[in-house]
Amino acid sequence: MRVAVTGLGCITPIGNTVETFRDAMYAGRTGISVFPTDMPGSRPGDPGLRFKTTAKVKGFDGTQHLSPSVLMVADRSAQFGIVAAQQAVADSGVLIRHNPANVAVVTGCSCGGRAADEDANRELYTRNARVPPTVILRTMASSGASHISAQHGVTGPVLNLATACASGTHAIGMAFQMVRSGMASAAIAGGHEAPLTFGFLRAWDSMRVVSPTSCRPFSADRDGMTLGEGAAMLVLEPLDDALARGAHVYAEIVGFGMSADAHHITQPQAAGAALAIGRALEDAKQAGINEPTGRVAYINAHGTGTLANDATEAEAIRTAFGAAVERAPVGATKSLTGHGIGAAGAMEALATVLALYEGRLPYTAGVTNADPALKLDILMNEPREIDPARDLALSNSLAFGGLNAVLAFRRLVP
Amino acid sequence: MNDVQTRIIELIAKSKNLPASSIGMDTTFEELQIDSLDKINISFDVEEMFSIQIPDESLNSLKTVGDVVRGVEHLVSSGPAAPVAS
Repeated sequence: MRVAVTGLGCITPIGNTVETFRDAMYAGRTGISVFPTDMPGSRPGDPGLRFKTTAKVKGFDGTQHLSPSVLMVADRSAQFGIVAAQQAVADSGVLIRHNPANVAVVTGCSCGGRAADEDANRELYTRNARVPPTVILRTMASSGASHISAQHGVTGPVLNLATACASGTHAIGMAFQMVRSGMASAAIAGGHEAPLTFGFLRAWDSMRVVSPTSCRPFSADRDGMTLGEGAAMLVLEPLDDALARGAHVYAEIVGFGMSADAHHITQPQAAGAALAIGRALEDAKQAGINEPTGRVAYINAHGTGTLANDATEAEAIRTAFGAAVERAPVGATKSLTGHGIGAAGAMEALATVLALYEGRLPYTAGVTNADPALKLDILMNEPREIDPARDLALSNSLAFGGLNAVLAFRRLVP
Repeated sequence: MNDVQTRIIELIAKSKNLPASSIGMDTTFEELQIDSLDKINISFDVEEMFSIQIPDESLNSLKTVGDVVRGVEHLVSSGPAAPVAS
């Protein structure tokens, strides 16, 4: 069964609708900015951090979209996910056609309700306060999936995956496999995360991988990642069904590859990432694509902007593509959205789908001088028209702990 | 209306996003669409507000706003809360 993407939704640092996300993406308008230091738990004026920027979602008001009873038990992270799913479901109209008992919801959320957790624990440990009963419900990483299922009456397989920075990609990939196999007749899949709490920033600060300036993946002068938040959701359904009901088809998902490095909790291995890329391309053959490597028009890289990730990922891409790498342009949208952890892969899948749909490749904002040691064609300075002879795009996610996931999408020209 | 009654009605009104004027002593939880989770949340807030502990067995028997008010008045008059663990 071929699988189509028929609905999109997002709450991101560069836009809280798909249209604003797309416009900011092509304009290279980054969502990364200096954060206020008066966050709960921090000392006024001096948060004690080496970095000053994050990619925050702006102008999001959950009360505009969610009932008081949901707001009471849904953390900012889940709220992002629920609202992004509302947008995607409305965009696709999927539930008009599909029996909700056969629809799946697969979310990627790794950090859970981080704000609820920290707020309660701060009160608990500083003044022995009691912990409100809603804390358990707000901290569950699966709460977004539960609320999405309840809101849309979806009673099929509903689950959350937590594979750190690859969660959103794993979620979309597993949902893709469910729809392709017939296990689910449609799926709502993506990721959501809102981890920009003081304790989280402090912990990342200690890892010494956060940029003191701003995330510039693949740049010769890159100096680290920038933490972000947000959500993106996709609606997936069989391509034939989508065409039969006259649904709007953004792209086709044609492949999914997973692998593990089996090596180290922070040191990525090129061999592991190359394995996942190769498997996603190999998987595309099931969709009737015989020479997938030569058809890749765009690679949305994991591209965190750290020295280690970008060098290892570049090596993995070169390994997986061989000589064909010269005609496979690579970009990273984390320079716009920051690193949304569990939501990152979903926001990047959204960017990849839009790039294919629009026929234009976004560029890596903030990069003017690509690192020549990486030996890749890095998209920078301005958007690039897609090579009309090529119709595939990859979205890579390479998580801490060596958990790799790669999605392959195909452009469907009407 | 006494102070305990006013404060409890205001607390319930706020938690259910309703005007306090719509809630009286005889109003039932069912009428207010207070489910088991709401009941746990409201009890938590009431305990914090009055520095009391509502025993589990009393919680199950609360059906109306008046039940809460009378229960709180009883607990307040019987002195400060006992330690959590005995």
